[in-house]
Amino acid sequence: MEKWIERQKHIIDFTLSSLLRRKGRNAALILVYTLVVFMLASVVFFVQAIKREASVILKDSPDMIIQRMSAGRHELIPVSYLDQILSIRGVSAVRTRLWGYYYDPVVGANYTLMVAEDSGPAAGSIIIGQGVSRTRLAQEGDTLEFRSHDGAIIDLGVKSTISRESELVSSDLILVSEQDFRRIFGTPAGFATDLAVRVKNPRELSTVALKISERFPDTRQILRDEILRTYDAVFSWRGGMMLVILCGSLLAFIILAWDKASGLSSEERREIGILKAIGWETSDVLLMKFWEGIAISLSSLLAGVILAYAHVFFTSAALFEAALKGWSVLYPTFRVTPFIDLSQLVILFFLAVVPYTVATIIPSWRAATVDPDSVMR
Amino acid sequence: MRKSSLFLLFLAAGIIFLVLMFVHASVQMKAGAASLQAKADLVGKLGLTDLCLFTEASYTRHLSQADLHTPFQNGPMSLEHFPSGSLVMPPAVIRKVNGKVD
Repeated sequence: MEKWIERQKHIIDFTLSSLLRRKGRNAALILVYTLVVFMLASVVFFVQAIKREASVILKDSPDMIIQRMSAGRHELIPVSYLDQILSIRGVSAVRTRLWGYYYDPVVGANYTLMVAEDSGPAAGSIIIGQGVSRTRLAQEGDTLEFRSHDGAIIDLGVKSTISRESELVSSDLILVSEQDFRRIFGTPAGFATDLAVRVKNPRELSTVALKISERFPDTRQILRDEILRTYDAVFSWRGGMMLVILCGSLLAFIILAWDKASGLSSEERREIGILKAIGWETSDVLLMKFWEGIAISLSSLLAGVILAYAHVFFTSAALFEAALKGWSVLYPTFRVTPFIDLSQLVILFFLAVVPYTVATIIPSWRAATVDPDSVMR
Repeated sequence: MRKSSLFLLFLAAGIIFLVLMFVHASVQMKAGAASLQAKADLVGKLGLTDLCLFTEASYTRHLSQADLHTPFQNGPMSLEHFPSGSLVMPPAVIRKVNGKVD
């Protein structure tokens, strides 16, 4: 065993010396390789973490949301639907939800105004999310102006702010009283934005949804499962940006492997010829090339993955911030919980290390099996 | 020190860092459990349905609640033009209904 290890170490020594003879070229190769792995691993880590976080956070969202549709668009729903839906067997609770979007012309941000039934503020006051607080520089005790649907200005005092740790779901939220909500948006009494339904037995959810759609053909039902599936596909590889990053990375890997597989430089061929002439076996040459592939691809993989982890979970994916912000004025600052598993690393390993190492070995094998004399000429 | 020893040390350090990465993730998951539960509680209490990821348009703010027409609210011929549209897929409920049409 010791002899075997010593042999490997000698070959690694020789391989590294060979790589160091072309240090500029190989350093550039490792840098580019690391960057490609870093980009791909950052996307994999970030997307997986967001998806897992969404699935945990949204598990308590309403079992079913009922929206009224008119001409294909979401319309206000009459509160009178509530009692009829409650009478359907299997439904345990129905509550109205009052929420809407408010565009703030002062800073150009969109807020979500919502009525919190139980824990909401009293009339004349609001509870704001951290994003709103940051954007409007508003703290507890300050007053924010709202322009109502009829042009009247309504001043509402900030009672408190929603905790910083829940910013991923509440950054742009403004909780208002029902009275203030209806004053701002002109929502008539007897109407709500939509209805939230709780069902006793989750297995009956689709049956209850069917009954509701038969009784109220002008509504559509959004099940919690559909909400969760929406976030499961939120950064799907089929999404435009993801596809560009994925294709870019795959192309880069293909180019790197192609560069190796397309043949050896005359210097490398001569090196193999000399090694064969001084007594190296073909297996020794292949072993040397194996270590060369490993030295470049595994070093790049390790560096890229570790840097990507630090990027996503220590800097909150700072490089993706511009892409995620888009045109948003109000953007939540959040740190995602690291959800990583071995399968992600295995995928990255098979993408980054295996093709490159194989592509390094194959042309060398071809060069190593021919006569040293013809290779050196 | 031999070059091979240095290289093997580098690989070992990288693998140790990978293991530490998993340890860190596991510790963070345990430490963040309370924070995750607080978010889940807020979602349950207020009846929230979506993450606040993109506030630039209503249909990207509440992805799961959007209807077919929202991306075209600026005009029937207006194509989706918000940058977050290139990051997200249409909601599951729309994909289910229109999957065959697409």
